[in-house]
Amino acid sequence: MSGALSGWLAYAASFGVLVLVQGVACLGLNLQWGQTGLFNVGVAGLVAVGAYTSAILTSAAVAGHSGGFGLPVVVGCLGAVLVAGAVSGLLGLLTLRLRTDYLAITTFGVAVVIDLLIRNLTGLTGGPLGIGFIPRPFESLGLGADAFRAVSFVWVALVVLLAYLLLERLVASPWGRVLRALREDERAAAALGKSPTRYRLQSFVIGGALMGLAGALQAHTLGFIAPENYSAALTFQVWAMLIIGGSGNNRGALLGSVLVVALWSATGLLAANVLPPDWQARGAALRIVAIGVLLAAAILWRPRGLMGESVTVSRHLDHD
Amino acid sequence: MKGDAEQRSMTDDRPVLRARGLVRAFNGIRAVDAVDLSVSAGEILGVIGPNGAGKSTLFNLLAGELLPTAGTIELLGERVERAPAATRLAQGMGRTFQIPRPFGALSVLENVMLGAQDHAGERVFANWLAPSRVHAAERDAKARAMELLAFMKLAPLAREPARVLSIGQRKLLELARVMMAAPRVVLLDEPMAGVHPVLVETLSERIAALAREGTTFLLVEHQLSLIAAVCQRVLVMAAGRVLVSGSPAAVLADPRVAEAYLGGVTT
Ligand SMILES: Nc1ncnc2c1ncn2[C@@H]1O[C@H](COP(=O)(O)OP(=O)(O)OP(=O)(O)O)[C@@H](O)[C@H]1O
Ligand SMILES: [Mg+2]
Repeated sequence: MSGALSGWLAYAASFGVLVLVQGVACLGLNLQWGQTGLFNVGVAGLVAVGAYTSAILTSAAVAGHSGGFGLPVVVGCLGAVLVAGAVSGLLGLLTLRLRTDYLAITTFGVAVVIDLLIRNLTGLTGGPLGIGFIPRPFESLGLGADAFRAVSFVWVALVVLLAYLLLERLVASPWGRVLRALREDERAAAALGKSPTRYRLQSFVIGGALMGLAGALQAHTLGFIAPENYSAALTFQVWAMLIIGGSGNNRGALLGSVLVVALWSATGLLAANVLPPDWQARGAALRIVAIGVLLAAAILWRPRGLMGESVTVSRHLDHD
Repeated sequence: MKGDAEQRSMTDDRPVLRARGLVRAFNGIRAVDAVDLSVSAGEILGVIGPNGAGKSTLFNLLAGELLPTAGTIELLGERVERAPAATRLAQGMGRTFQIPRPFGALSVLENVMLGAQDHAGERVFANWLAPSRVHAAERDAKARAMELLAFMKLAPLAREPARVLSIGQRKLLELARVMMAAPRVVLLDEPMAGVHPVLVETLSERIAALAREGTTFLLVEHQLSLIAAVCQRVLVMAAGRVLVSGSPAAVLADPRVAEAYLGGVTT
């Protein structure tokens, strides 16, 4: 393979990993918002919970720090899923019985609290410096940098594929049917014995767990994490992905991730190469503006997103 | 099902559903005002009264959709007036709405299948860990739902989204949906309004047959001939209160009832 080609492939692989990581978070948001109508503006907080949980569980012990359990990456990822799911469950228990706008306010508040915690629990999270030397699968094989990126893409893709299949199975099930009924007419669904709180809570927990998984995948592909990865900009990006790709459609959520990450990378390159030095600091803000413009265009011209909601029925009904 | 039969005969004399001193006020106005009622297994109780008498509000209280301002509700021996609406079917009570509430985006078949209770596929982990059990449950639910749809003459529309149904068809869909759950007590709020007379007759027969098997019905209906045909007992409401109750013949002959319908009631 020529150097240029393998360089290009390596770039594609890194791009793919970014898409997949944010795509998982977007799948989680699609379950919460697209399938259930729950407005979560604390996505970044749950991604952070997953990233830090897995990083703390898997990193080697460092003098002066708590955590550093040195556990396998698989355990870290499962831990991230469980802890992020539990945090979502707690949040849901507190707010899902109330009006839906309380959920929005609470999720935002929780994201702020999580941000404060990871910045200030220095002994556990490394504070503003974050956590480094997080184990990356297959790193010890001593592959070249480019091959390593490709391998990372493959294992992350397999994890995301598994999550996607589990999610699709759930959406196209009697359980998914209850969600759609609840979204359309909560009162009628309740009269049929479907507890709105129970199903919303389940959806919120599974969605939050997927956001936690996104964080874990990010930690184990980057190898280091820091608080500024989990700012409100991340929440905004994931929302933009969902709205642009098509709320209510898992493939739409993934397509939206491709587009937003592409725009994010392209504007990043552009900013670095075109903007004068004294404008560089403003580059980040301009990238957000670019996504905002794409989002506005999508809302104007394709209000249901590129893919739109798919008509789903229980997969058990298709075959006879 | 010997145990079931035994339980039914045991509860035959005890009321299946009992409300005492039920009150619901909206901004100080009592839409339901000190209502007592008691229904036994297999009974069809008619609930009639002029528009605004409080019939639907009474049903909403019984179904757990409104909290009573005062009073108690006992369903199969359990106090339920504070329990949320979604728990009623598990406790044995189902309902239909006066203004039908179909899930318009879902198919007619899916609407009815949602009436199934304790469906394995409605639990998250069963879908991942026991797909064959979910598949079997789904097949059974579909078969039962198709039967009900055939009875309601809706089978040809099974795959259509429920939003295409006419008002009368929506009423039938609601009926099929609640029958799917096979509740012990069913609240029917004007189930026949807008339904074709031939089908009304079939439906009344079906309701009477289910009642003979032990299902209890509360039936709100403006068509008094229908009430007279299927109900053993009728409760007349006016301005939130129970005006009279008794056999259909006695009630319909009562001069106070005619007066209430003419709007002359005062409290
Ligand atoms: N949510 C509510 N808020 C305020 N008032 C209400 C509410 N629901 C019902 N009411 C009032 O309570 C009274 C009884 O209404 P209800 O719907 O129970 O009557 P009904 O006997 O079912 O009448 P109809 O035969 O027309 O269906 C009416 O005056 C109605 O306006
Ligand atoms: Mg009414």
